[in-house]
Amino acid sequence: MKYNRRTLLKSSAALLGASALGFPAIVSGQTDKIKIGHLTPLTGFLGALGAYAQLGIRMAQEEINKSGGVMGRELDIISEDSVNPSTAATKAQRMLDQDGVAFLMGEINSASAVTIMQVAARNKRFYLQIGARSDALRGKNCNRYTFHVDIPSHVMVYAVGKALVRDNMMKDKKFYTLTADYIFGHDLAGAAKTFFNENGGKLIGDELIATDVTEFSPYLLKIRQSKPDIVCSNLAGNQVTNLIKQYAEFGLPYPIVGFNLNTADAWAAGEGNLSGTWPTVWYHTLDVPESKSFVANFMKKYGKPPENHAWIEYISLRIMAQAMAETKSTNTDQLIAHLEKEPQFEILKARKGYFRNWDHQLMQEAYPFTVKPKGQAKDQYDTLALGQAVPGPNESLEVLSVTKEQNTCVM
Amino acid sequence: MQFTFLLEQVVNGLVLGGYYLLIALGLSLIFSVGGVVNLAHGAFYAIGAYLSISIAKYLGFGASVVLSPVAVALLGILFERFLLRRFYAADPILSLLVTFGLAMITEQLIRIIWGAPPLSVNMPPEFKGSVFIGDFLFSRYRLFLLAVVIAVLASIWLLLHKASFGRVVRAGIQKPDMVAALGIRLQPYMTAIVMLGVGMAALGGALFAPITIVHPAMGAEVITVAFVVVVIGGLGSFWGVVISALLVGVVRGMTIHFIPAAGEASMYVLMFLVLLFRPRGLLGERIEKFET
Repeated sequence: MKYNRRTLLKSSAALLGASALGFPAIVSGQTDKIKIGHLTPLTGFLGALGAYAQLGIRMAQEEINKSGGVMGRELDIISEDSVNPSTAATKAQRMLDQDGVAFLMGEINSASAVTIMQVAARNKRFYLQIGARSDALRGKNCNRYTFHVDIPSHVMVYAVGKALVRDNMMKDKKFYTLTADYIFGHDLAGAAKTFFNENGGKLIGDELIATDVTEFSPYLLKIRQSKPDIVCSNLAGNQVTNLIKQYAEFGLPYPIVGFNLNTADAWAAGEGNLSGTWPTVWYHTLDVPESKSFVANFMKKYGKPPENHAWIEYISLRIMAQAMAETKSTNTDQLIAHLEKEPQFEILKARKGYFRNWDHQLMQEAYPFTVKPKGQAKDQYDTLALGQAVPGPNESLEVLSVTKEQNTCVM
Repeated sequence: MQFTFLLEQVVNGLVLGGYYLLIALGLSLIFSVGGVVNLAHGAFYAIGAYLSISIAKYLGFGASVVLSPVAVALLGILFERFLLRRFYAADPILSLLVTFGLAMITEQLIRIIWGAPPLSVNMPPEFKGSVFIGDFLFSRYRLFLLAVVIAVLASIWLLLHKASFGRVVRAGIQKPDMVAALGIRLQPYMTAIVMLGVGMAALGGALFAPITIVHPAMGAEVITVAFVVVVIGGLGSFWGVVISALLVGVVRGMTIHFIPAAGEASMYVLMFLVLLFRPRGLLGERIEKFET
């Protein structure tokens, strides 16, 4: 087939247009920058959370670079959509091999975090696992190269479970649970079952729900048929929003609670639809001066308050900046050795956090929350009423976490 | 008691099927008349949902459900005139690529205009909650949705089977050359079909926004179901798509009742079985232009 001039011009223009859209940022190969590989889901049922994650880490990067970088070198974050577990692993390997990143950070999806952790272990490189909450990551799948920032599923179950026990919503109550059908949901459901058994709750039904389900009416009918006392969500991401919206739509009479809810998903549920008790790791109304100034700066920059994934990415990069500055190194072994000495990190909460040296989990406070009554919210984002931090101010940060005897982690 | 529960799932599945129908019918019409699988159909569904939220802020829920589909139908004119029209006679792979590309561009545009975090929208409080009809529990809002779907369906059926518009369109599906020989240009009809099709998708988006999460990738979620419904129903058949949509809704509900983990796989199994015994779909007609 022969091409005339016009065809050639047209197709070149089309290609140029396509490449302008497809490759917005070609990173120049400056060697004096510290390159960091960052992966987070931007599509799929956790995509909305990943969008906040990127805003948070970008803001920390700008602040750190503006104040002179780390060891006089700028931070250069290569951030991409992790898409799914296998793509996440491929991209992580490519970042180490071709992009020359010093270490890896990120993730929200527990299944993708598992595969990135394997890449980190295979390449003997440091990975700060930020936002995935499955117990298995810091339990039977744990490895020496990975440190975990977000609270694990059993802490979320304890945070809400204790509030339920206090409110007389546990002993002899019949629970019907809906569980996300992947590693995180399974872990959460496992922790929930243990808590029910220990505290006299009865599990009368559990539905495994695929992560791409958006329509819950058949499940709602099944719940009505089994007449539970309390409905309990072990879902994740978009799933929780859809459940809350449709639960309010059908107006079932049973109270609903849950062991996992990110604030972006709560905001998306719409006014008056959310009720019950849920856990969170951080919320923008937290009454701590450092947290308040972070929220004010974030709002100035992006025009909306930070979601918990924006917060956690922000503090995670600052933790890494501090660790690199303190060890004067980006070397994996030195970073691990330093963090295992359990240095304290500012995490914009009332108490500082540290990584427990034998399971690499950040010890920090968590919070149960309920929904503010109608009319008390200052704006569309101010919808949640935070409960007291758990563990309480006089308790060890480790009281809610599994003990060395209970945990299956062997490094 | 078990029987009542089952019946409740069947009725609920029929209502859900009505919603699938809104999206699948347009996809089927555009495919049947133009020979183009419009992979951007979900994008129009998403635009419908987002526009309805923006409109509802100023004019309320009622106006948003009417105006958003109308606005998207007008967008459909541009879509047909400047994109689709070039591909009716071309290799089908080209139209697939173009509409797929358009779907991705639209998703990014939504991110740029409305932002990546999901938006929230409320239904009018009078629609909240459920009503009992006999032993059956119905969501009040879904009953309203069902009424709208029936009204739309009836209008489309009348348009296709009782008006001269429909006679030309149906003739155009089977014998486009003959229609041309009679001196009738099919192009304006095609524009109208695309307007109708994407308008219905947008109506689906606007109606479902209060009960599902509104986020940039919502279009990609719905296009697969719509495509499966069209394939099961068969090309060129109005009732084929109707029966197929209702069937998919009911089969999903029943599967979730008995084998919950297989709920989302059920429609693909259904498609497999139908195609095994009826390769043209349930009521698919033999269409000459697709047979070579």
